[in-house]
Amino acid sequence: MFDTALTWNDLIFLAHGAGMTLMVTAVSVVAGTLMGIVFGVLRYQAGPVWSLPLTFVLDIFRSVPLLIQLVLANAFQAIARLGWDPFTTSCVVLSLYTAAFCTEIVRGGIEAVPHTTRRAARSLGMTWWHDMRYIVAPLATRVSLPAWIGLTLGVLKDSSLVLWLGLIELLRASQILVTRLQEPLFILMICGAIYFLLSFPVARLGGYLERRWSPND
Amino acid sequence: MFNYNFRWNQALNALPQMLDGALVTLQIALLSMLIGVTVAVLLTMFRLSGNRILGGFATAWVELARNTPALFQIYMAHFGLGAFGIHLSPFTSLLAGIAFNNAGYLAENFRGALKAIPDTQARAARSLGMPATQAFRLIVMPQMFRVAFLPATNQMVWAILMTSLGVIVGMNTDLAGVTQELNARSFRTFEFFAIAAVIYYLIAKAVTLAAHAVAWRMFRY
Repeated sequence: MFDTALTWNDLIFLAHGAGMTLMVTAVSVVAGTLMGIVFGVLRYQAGPVWSLPLTFVLDIFRSVPLLIQLVLANAFQAIARLGWDPFTTSCVVLSLYTAAFCTEIVRGGIEAVPHTTRRAARSLGMTWWHDMRYIVAPLATRVSLPAWIGLTLGVLKDSSLVLWLGLIELLRASQILVTRLQEPLFILMICGAIYFLLSFPVARLGGYLERRWSPND
Repeated sequence: MFNYNFRWNQALNALPQMLDGALVTLQIALLSMLIGVTVAVLLTMFRLSGNRILGGFATAWVELARNTPALFQIYMAHFGLGAFGIHLSPFTSLLAGIAFNNAGYLAENFRGALKAIPDTQARAARSLGMPATQAFRLIVMPQMFRVAFLPATNQMVWAILMTSLGVIVGMNTDLAGVTQELNARSFRTFEFFAIAAVIYYLIAKAVTLAAHAVAWRMFRY
């Protein structure tokens, strides 16, 4: 009744695409989060006025479509003769994109730590670094982790745009199969199911942590 | 290092065309928001109705919209529906994809907003003799919109950014599409896309500012 030209090899091809999606996401989220933590602490320490240039630059990454950013970065690396391959370019752009959102999350987390707690730490003789490391970091992580999980999932989904630079990730892989086998609905449904399976459990975990860790209820 | 002559003139000459494209972008974003809000209100009502089939439908929509990429949703409308003999133009499939996405995210916003409205409001309305639908429409919904307005503004900005995905399914009248057409003719990729980026940035900021002004005017006590 139901037959398809899809073979195991095609499924392996899709799995490779999914691997590429995960790879780009992992690299960008790790690099973006590290940058986000540095920028977030900087923003908090510098105060709203002095961090204005940083805020402005990071805001650009949030207000310009990711696709345009990717094309621009690719054109720029060609102009500047950096010789980056599409994978590097994609990771650089997605990292900066992640960093722009992560900065706000980190800053929000630090601001959520009560001043009195930090003053108590400092008055016990802890240095700024000790205070950050042992008092602020654990409390801020608790506040910002659900938002960070949401950001990670956002990057996982947005990483589909790197197909424009010719990287064969999950969506591009399924598009290639659609072109060859002419069964768009079935193949796209498999592709969607893979995205859903990657994203949904983590989204549920984020929702659970948000409820479990809410400080006020 | 830069062995490249920037030709900004060429790109700036095309500015009127790109601004026309920006209008189309805004139009798609606004339309998708209108459809999105309408559907999201429906989905919220489905979830509140207590009917398992309607509630399940709404939950499935929201989870699908939130857990798959927007580009996938546009692909589904553009290529996937072809299996049923429905062939949509790039404009329609882009609009359908973004509206689907918006509805899912907005329904979740509305659900969060409903939590902020005390139960007593609806109960007081019911005890004044209002039927359930009237209580929802006249008492709960206005308050829901007030709480959800600024998150919905964010969604509007997202919708504007998402319209740029249309170029991948062959859209050539919106800002990204026009830019890509110009780029294909001249290969001045950096210049054209830099200007497009500036226009997108300005639109996003303008929409945010306008929404804040509207919120201040509409929702102050």
